[in-house]
Amino acid sequence: MASQRSGASLASALMAQTLQRTPLYDKHVALGARMVPFAGWEMPVSYDGVIPEHRAVRTDCGVFDVSHMGELEVEGMHAIDVLQAALSNDVAKRGVGDAQYTLLTNERGGIVDDLIVYRTDEYRYLLIVNASNRDTDYRWLMDREVRGSDVRDVSDEYALLAVQGPRSLERLGLPEAKPFTWHMGELDGIEVMVNRTGYTGETGVELMCPAEDAGTLWDAVVARGSKPCGLGARDTLRLEVCYPLHGNDITPDTDAISAGLGWTCALDKDFTGADELRRIKEHGPEQKLVAFVMTEKAIPRQGMPIEGGGIVTSGSHSPMLDVGIGMGYVPAAAAQPDTEITIDVRGRPRRARIVKKPIYKKET
Amino acid sequence: MVAAESYPEELKYHPEHDWARIEGDEATLGITWFAQDALGELVHFEPPEEGSSVAKDESYGEVESVKAVSDLVAPLSGEVLEVNGKVVDAPETVNEDPYGEGWLIRIRMSDPSQADSLLDAAAYKQVLESQ
Repeated sequence: MASQRSGASLASALMAQTLQRTPLYDKHVALGARMVPFAGWEMPVSYDGVIPEHRAVRTDCGVFDVSHMGELEVEGMHAIDVLQAALSNDVAKRGVGDAQYTLLTNERGGIVDDLIVYRTDEYRYLLIVNASNRDTDYRWLMDREVRGSDVRDVSDEYALLAVQGPRSLERLGLPEAKPFTWHMGELDGIEVMVNRTGYTGETGVELMCPAEDAGTLWDAVVARGSKPCGLGARDTLRLEVCYPLHGNDITPDTDAISAGLGWTCALDKDFTGADELRRIKEHGPEQKLVAFVMTEKAIPRQGMPIEGGGIVTSGSHSPMLDVGIGMGYVPAAAAQPDTEITIDVRGRPRRARIVKKPIYKKET
Repeated sequence: MVAAESYPEELKYHPEHDWARIEGDEATLGITWFAQDALGELVHFEPPEEGSSVAKDESYGEVESVKAVSDLVAPLSGEVLEVNGKVVDAPETVNEDPYGEGWLIRIRMSDPSQADSLLDAAAYKQVLESQ
């Protein structure tokens, strides 16, 4: 064994000095988690193993510390105007208590970030954004503030726990609620914002609480039978259900239509990049983000070329299907399900088949 | 079931975390407990072809976990006599039994004197402690 290509020791040693830690850092270390640098944070990649953690979320209940994610608040009479102009989806259609998946787009229709916006009050919105884009998003919105809108980065005030899996609500003793809604609730005496959202394809909630309550909330959630899960399982879970990862599958250089996220773009309203997105939609994108399953033994990885002019943007091993899976961009003409593709796996050509998204569907 | 940490006395070790069990002019190769633990559950073994040659200190294949890819470094030179098909089909066998059922390949050594340059269990454990 030599040179694990996933991390250079010198680089990680240098980074360790500047990495941020969530309020749950000590809990992770005490549980024996493998800690890794991620988006400027020192985060648990796994505790017990990616595969058992992944399976716990698919069959029962797992808990993830996602406190590294950014929280931005946009408030004021004209907050809605700032958001309608900056975000692709039509947030005016959502009332207090609702949540919406949406994109922050640039002039080219490229994706600055993908995020969930929660309408927390008539004139107040909470945006939960990717950790790596927190500062970009904050500056982006600050630059577009209007009189009667106030943008604040409140990330450091809150902790966020994702509790996901078919038994998650039952284990937490929380009532059923519609996906993409939120309500205030209480868990073993701790007041939490209960968001019916997640990144795993399973039923679940994301619980937001003041940073100082994070440890108590984590202990309560674990005591109720949620298995601690790291970023490794979070990545394989989201890939099986084809949720894009910003920085891999979607970036400021990839547009929403090519990425298959046209459904998040209210092209009947005006927002940054809407003209370009309308043009791409009308003419059809040149390439499309597709999902694929390996038909030969191999694990696709980000950056591997796809024969015929494509590239893998996410790849891993599917713990549920026990096969290599991935997503990547291919020319639009070759993007239909059941098309055979060949991936260059470090010099070895390996066959795969394009499949309809999601890659993993629950047996019903 | 993951194996408990061990470094059998009867094996020879390469500092890149590979082991060799030498029997006559043949050797069985695998990765150490430390290597499989650092990688996590293995999900893919990319073996060399039977009949091909492997060269000491050079890569003869790869193993992958969900998150990481690692080259397999040959502790000895030789011709590949056999690839462990059980590990090709069930790579987690390496995590369960890295020195037994989880062996990777068997070779016929081209230069048995190379074995003299390998580490014994005590020296390999020192390598681990110094890391």
